[in-house]
Amino acid sequence: MSTNIPVSGAAQSHEMYSLRVNGLVHEVEDAWIGESLLYVLRERLGLPGAKGACEQGECGSCTVIVDSKAVCSCLVMAADAVDTEILTVEGLGPDGALTDVQSAFLSEGGVQCGFCTPGFIVAVHHLLENNPQPSDDEIRESLSGNICRCTGYGRILEAVRTVADQRRQNS
Amino acid sequence: MPVLIPRNVDELVEVFQANPQAKLLAGGTDYMVEVNLHGRKPETMISLRRVKELTEWSVRTNQSRITIGAGVPYADMEHGEIARLVPALAQAARTVGSPQIRAAGTLGGNLGTCSPAGDSLPVLAALGATIHVIGPDGNRDIEFADFMVGVKKNSLQPAEFVHSVSLPLVEGWQGYAKVGTRNAMVISTASACLVRDSDEGFVAIALGSVGPTIIRAHAAESWLMKSTSLRAGSQLAPSIAQEFGRRVAQESRPIDDHRSTADYRRHAIGVLAQRLLTRSFS
Repeated sequence: MSTNIPVSGAAQSHEMYSLRVNGLVHEVEDAWIGESLLYVLRERLGLPGAKGACEQGECGSCTVIVDSKAVCSCLVMAADAVDTEILTVEGLGPDGALTDVQSAFLSEGGVQCGFCTPGFIVAVHHLLENNPQPSDDEIRESLSGNICRCTGYGRILEAVRTVADQRRQNS
Repeated sequence: MPVLIPRNVDELVEVFQANPQAKLLAGGTDYMVEVNLHGRKPETMISLRRVKELTEWSVRTNQSRITIGAGVPYADMEHGEIARLVPALAQAARTVGSPQIRAAGTLGGNLGTCSPAGDSLPVLAALGATIHVIGPDGNRDIEFADFMVGVKKNSLQPAEFVHSVSLPLVEGWQGYAKVGTRNAMVISTASACLVRDSDEGFVAIALGSVGPTIIRAHAAESWLMKSTSLRAGSQLAPSIAQEFGRRVAQESRPIDDHRSTADYRRHAIGVLAQRLLTRSFS
């Protein structure tokens, strides 16, 4: 094997690599190769915003942005996420301030138990970034990978419409 | 052992030959579920995510074919040029998981896993796709019918990988339909792709989730081509569509499992076949 093919860790079972999360480089040491990005964010990097529930990509509560794409962090092998830009719910607002999406979830009542909320917040940010004025069908489709067992979704959809309206009026 | 991250096809060939026992990782949407929930212990992994050539697609107009790289995600097939050229593939792509899954999952990953429920696979079977693979002995082309050989089994040899898939661009109608317990985030209970070449008067239908492999209903296809005209401008009698559905269902080989029963699947696949054929005339 040539020596110039990039590898994510030393050739041993305890992986060392670095991840760029919310603009900061984090060193990951002594990790297992099978760890998901979700696990590494929560248990090694102290970023518990992304939530773990199904761990099979069905619930969307672990949604993060990797290289401008919304993905389930439970299905990303963390050691394969080197050299990517990772954005989590913690990195959306400056210095921990609420974003307009988070404020709208509060004002419209889109939060009940709150477990699914970080995944929804990331998915909504991603939607409005790529489609600032989505139709109702587009909102529903873009959130079809996020499951909420409390709200019945109506107030979440309302929060998305509220932010889209606010951003249009402010632009 | 580490994750090896080749940046181009030459590096991938080299690193796979040096580590033939390594597991290839595409979008991770199947493999990481195995790791998270089913005790799979990864050792050496080769990541395909950054192999540039695998993420490309191109059209050769003189040969009327499209070639789609193994690393192209479903999200890129849902809309745009690929969707315009191969509408059935776009329809199948839109039924895969959720936006998060479609951003990660790839055509090559579907072929690597080779599940009978793989949503792109009936489309590849109905269109008669050619799978381009690269291995230690160079390149070879495998027809889809010879590629998938069993439940989650393909005919790739050690250290071979899927480079791309070549599909003919067909004049006429093509569509994909799927039955599951809901619209989003569902593995198919039964699925089918129908391609009707209205220039040649030819039809092909391929069935998913109703047998150990994707099944082409060759007998039903032949019967239909003898029983009615499929050329542009012709009409379809409802009784023909119904009989086509019945014959397609006869060629399925479904089983009872945790997702459904053989009886329901046999019924559903007949309905899907009838519905797709009827749509092709509307």
